[in-house]
Parts: sequence; structure tokens; C-alpha cells
Amino acid sequence: MDRLAFDMAHLLAGGLVLVSFMMIYQDRLYALLNVFALHAVVLSMSVAWQAWIQDAPHLYITAGIALVFKALIIPGALHRIIQRLGIHREVENVVGVGPTMLAGMGLVSLSIVLMLRLTEVADAFAREDLAFSLSVLLLGLLMMITRRNAVSQVVGFMSLENGLILAATGAKGMPLVVEISVAFSVLIAFIVIGVFLFRIRERFDSVDISALDDFRGDKK
Amino acid sequence: MTSLLFNPVYGVIAIPIIAAALLAALPGYRLTAQLNVLASLLTFVFALFLFFVGRAAPSPYLLIDDLNIVFIVLNTFVGFTAATFSASYIGHEIETGRLTPVNVRFYHSMYQIMMFGMNLALVSNNIGLMWVAIELATLTTVLMVGIYRTHEALEAAWKYFILGSVGIALALFGTILVYVAAQPVLGEGEMAMIWTNLVAHASEFDASMLNLAFVFLLLGYGTKVGLAPLHAWLPDAHAEGPTPISAVLSGLLLNVALYAVLRFKMLMAAHPEALAPGPLMITMGLLSLIFASFMLYRRRDIKRLFAYSSIEHMGIIVFAFGMGGPLANFAGLLHMVMHSLTKSAIFYSVGHVAQIKGTQRIADIRGLTQSHPVLGWGLAIGVLAIAGMPPFGLFMSEFLIVTTTFAKSPILALLLVFGILVAFGALLMRLSGFIFGEPTGAVKPAEASFVPLYTHMALVLMAGIYLPGPMVVWFQSVARLLG
Repeated sequence: MDRLAFDMAHLLAGGLVLVSFMMIYQDRLYALLNVFALHAVVLSMSVAWQAWIQDAPHLYITAGIALVFKALIIPGALHRIIQRLGIHREVENVVGVGPTMLAGMGLVSLSIVLMLRLTEVADAFAREDLAFSLSVLLLGLLMMITRRNAVSQVVGFMSLENGLILAATGAKGMPLVVEISVAFSVLIAFIVIGVFLFRIRERFDSVDISALDDFRGDKK
Repeated sequence: MTSLLFNPVYGVIAIPIIAAALLAALPGYRLTAQLNVLASLLTFVFALFLFFVGRAAPSPYLLIDDLNIVFIVLNTFVGFTAATFSASYIGHEIETGRLTPVNVRFYHSMYQIMMFGMNLALVSNNIGLMWVAIELATLTTVLMVGIYRTHEALEAAWKYFILGSVGIALALFGTILVYVAAQPVLGEGEMAMIWTNLVAHASEFDASMLNLAFVFLLLGYGTKVGLAPLHAWLPDAHAEGPTPISAVLSGLLLNVALYAVLRFKMLMAAHPEALAPGPLMITMGLLSLIFASFMLYRRRDIKRLFAYSSIEHMGIIVFAFGMGGPLANFAGLLHMVMHSLTKSAIFYSVGHVAQIKGTQRIADIRGLTQSHPVLGWGLAIGVLAIAGMPPFGLFMSEFLIVTTTFAKSPILALLLVFGILVAFGALLMRLSGFIFGEPTGAVKPAEASFVPLYTHMALVLMAGIYLPGPMVVWFQSVARLLG
């Protein structure tokens, strides 16, 4: 039973890393949102599994939040934003799938080496879980760097937060304060971003950040 | 010794949050601006009480010790003077129609929530709570930076938001790692997130886990401090938001993030085998200092100029704390206080200057001492002080940092002096432009409040000439605490 619990947790955490990779090469916004929803579903399954094996019922709340907010409400809302802005046909200029995937693999191996080497004392699960969550976090960062479109940057940021939740739930008995705060931060982030997207659209009719880049640096 | 009936900590936290609710509900910008000042003053008074009233023992959530009292008093004091400045600044913005009354109501409420977030971060004993509080303060400033809703303001706010979130995410990961390191020793649950517990048992933790955690925490909170590779948000956010917010960002929010770094540095110091945080902090500090000093030369926007100067000074401060030892810590602490006071004073004068001239372009600001003597000389004094001229307090702290570094490592000291001199040259070059020559642009008299500006400068001057004995003793004890 214990063995099964361990393997299952691994499977789900590894699945999250896999879905992160899938997000990296999506070049259509709708497809990206769908994969992000999948990411959130895998996360909520992973959190629910942790809740069960750690016998920590409060984690079910976190799982529920991941499922409802991140897998349903947020992708839905972003879907509408994309529609309203009329950018659903746009193919994004990603830095190129090949180099990005290679960079992603590099980051994953980096985090595994880092975590497994450094943390020999911590119990096996916590350590490997941290390696997975660091991978998800770094892949989210990578996505934020390689995308120019505001919506996909937001998605990158949320996948990064998913990595954090994976880490927080993997750490046994981490106080509830933090979990709720993480869920809340995502909510707040969404509100803020929503406000921003609305304003950006209002001003420029575009959510392409490169349109804003003209104003970088000092005014001549 | 502890009088639990009157614990000023609750005042420091509760007043801003009550004020925020009130300010959101009340109409009329004159009234709310006054109320904002009053609330900030009250918070400051309560913070002062912390010196005199006996301290309650650390609870799971709140902690008061020698270190954070310095930060809290500084925080609430600059918060109060910035609110005073803001009252006259906002009046002008309403007249010129850049802000609507609804914006202002929102602005005042956000101002108090930001003060709440910063104060909470400073008094919290729980590393999770501290993270939440810093996040709250950041989000409110993001909203305020974007308040003008111009192209530039939105870009600045967006950049700040994205970089700030990445920083905060890294910091949370670091916080989780600290918990994972502490959990085998302190057990599951809340106990392993309480800072006083963590420090007491730090030597039993797994060293490699702590090292990794510290790297994440330094990168995460370092983004907020504005350290060099992660500083990109800072100049934009300073330049495009309302000037009172630039003053508060430079003078306070950077300090709060620095405070978080220092807390974790103390945790690392409590573990004999953990990586010494010094070299990391020295490298980041020097990098920020030298990079920002060169960037000062090509600025065309006055607020951006002083934003880069903030990066430069945070670099110096982080460098000083990285050097460690009682004297360097003392100097770093002094430099931090002096920088907060001076930089916010500079932004107070820059705010009025930009309003009078209707521009932030350095080329369009000339001959201030002729057209607006009080304001012009105030700015001149501020710039001289920030450039590190004697007899101001910043000269003394920089001198202390340089001399202690020379004793330990001459090469580092040379790099430090080089950075400081490069920045000095840039600032003096700009200063002669602002101050002398034929006045350009509008020359209408300033409707400004000079009290905050000159109060700050008087304090900085006084600290440069004579530091009161009790303050020296206090700072020395904090410097020892920092290790």
C-alpha cells in the first residue's frame, strides 16, 4: 500500500512535468488554454492524492480550488478574452520549438540534479517531489520568457504557480495558511491580470507585449 | 515587563487596515487626503511606542526585536511624510485632471493597504505570513503604478507585475524549502514556520537544503530589492507611477524586501555548516552598484535617474551586509536609513518640480534655484547628500563601509569606491544642469509643502554631524544581532 501511494504520487507529479512540456510547444492560444486546463486537472489529482495519503483533509480544498478555478473558470475566462480581442487565429512567435524544448530538458535535468544531490537527508518522497515541482516552476518561467503574448505569459505564470502548489502539498504538514494563501494569490493574480488585460486592450487593442516595448527605456 | 493590555504592535497593523476601509468609503479628496495623513501619523506614533513599552514575548505570528523596530519606525515615519507630500501632490493632479476623484479614493485606500502589508511583513514571526504580506504590498503598488493608465504607466505596471510575481514565486519556493528543511527537526505544522523557532534550531537542519533555500530566497526577495540582474522593473515603476509612490517604493518597499533577506541571512548564520551568504550578497551588491552607476549617465528622465540611483544604493547596502561583522552591519544599517530619508526627500522635490514644469525630461529642467529657490536648493541638497558628499549622513555610512572593506579585502574596496565615484560624477553632472543656468519652461510659483523635504534633509544632516549616543548603541546591538 505504501509503495502504491509513493508510485502514484510520483506518476502524478511526473505527469505534471510532462504536461508542462506539452504547453511549451503549443503555438495556438486555444490549444494552449486546453493544455493548461489539463495541467490544472493533473495538479488537482496530485493534490487530492496527497490529501488522501497524508490524511490531511484540508488539502482537498486546495485540490478543489485547482480544479474549479484553474481548470474551468480561468481557462474559460481567458478563452473569452481571446475571442473578444480577436486574436484566436494568431500563431505566436515562439523562440522556436526545438531550442525551447532543449532548454526545457536542460532545466528539468538541472533541477533533478540539484535536488537529488543536495537533499539526501530529506525523505525520498519530499526530495523527488521537490525536484518535480522545481522542474514545473522552471518550465513555467521558460514559457514566460519565450512568449511575447500577454495571454500566454499569464498562462506561463499560472503553470509556475502550479509548480509551487505541488511543492507545498508535497511538504508534509505544511500549514494551511500557506496553501490558502497560494490559492488566493492565484485568484488575486487573475484579478490583477484581468484588470490589466482589460486596460491594455482598451488602450491598444492588442495584448502583444512587443507593442509596449516601444516605450521601454527613456523617452527621447 | 510585558504589558499585554497595550501592545503597540496591534496599532501599527490595525490602523492602516481600518483607515483603508474608511478611505474607500469616504468621498471628497481633501478630506481623505487629510485622513490619510492622520492615519499615517497615528501609525507612526504607535511605532514610536514600541521603543518605550515593554515587548510582548514573540507569539507564533508576531515578533518584535531590536532589528525590526528600526525598520518599523523608519517605515511608518517615511509613510507619514510621504502621505503629507501626497496630499499636496494629489491636489495638483486633480486640478490638472490627470486623476479623477474616484482614482484618488482608490489611491488613498491602496496607500493604507500597502502600509499595512509592509508593517505586517516587518512584524511577522511566521515566514509564510511574511511572504503573504510582502506579496500584498507588491500587488497594491502594482495597481498604483498603473493608476495614470497611460501607455507608459501600463507597461511599467505590467513589467513590475510580471517580474515581481516571478520574484515572489521564487521566494515562496525558498520558503517551502526552509519548511522542508525544518520539518524533520521541528515536526509538522506551524512550528516549523516560526522564525524564532527556526533560528533556535537552525544548527540541526540539513545544511544543503538550507543553502538551496537561501539561493531561492535571495533571488526572489532580491528581485524586490532591485538587485542587478533582476532590477528591470524598478526604473519603469518609479518613473511612471505617481511620485509619492516612487518615494515610498524607493524609501520603503525595497527596505522591506531587504529585511526579509536579512532575516534569512540570520538563519543561515545560525547554522555552522551552511553556506556563508556573504559572497553571494557581495557579488550581487557590487554588480548592482557598478551597473547602476554607469546607467546613471544616459538617463533623460529625472525620476528614472533617481530610480537607478536607488539600485546603486541598494547595491551598496547589500554589499555592506554581505561583508558582515559588527562594523559593516552598522554601516549598512545606517546607510539604509539615510538612503530612505534622502531618496524619499529627493522624490518629494522632484514631484513638485515635475508638476511645475509639466515634464520629467531632464533637458527641460534648468535653473531651478532662480525660478524656485526653496525647491531648487532642497533638490540640490538632496542630490549632494545622495552622491555622498560630507557632511551628510550618507557620506559617513559610505566612509564606514569603504574603510571596513579596505581592512578585509582591498580589491573589493577598490571596486566599491570605483562604483561610488562613477555614480558621484553622474549625479553632479546632472545637478549643475538642474540648478544653474537660465530657467526654462513654466516659472509659476510652487504650491508645495516643503516641510517633509526639509525635515528629512535636516535629519540626514544631523546624522552626518552627530549621531545621538542611544541610537549608536541601538544600531550596534542590531549589528551584532545580524552577525
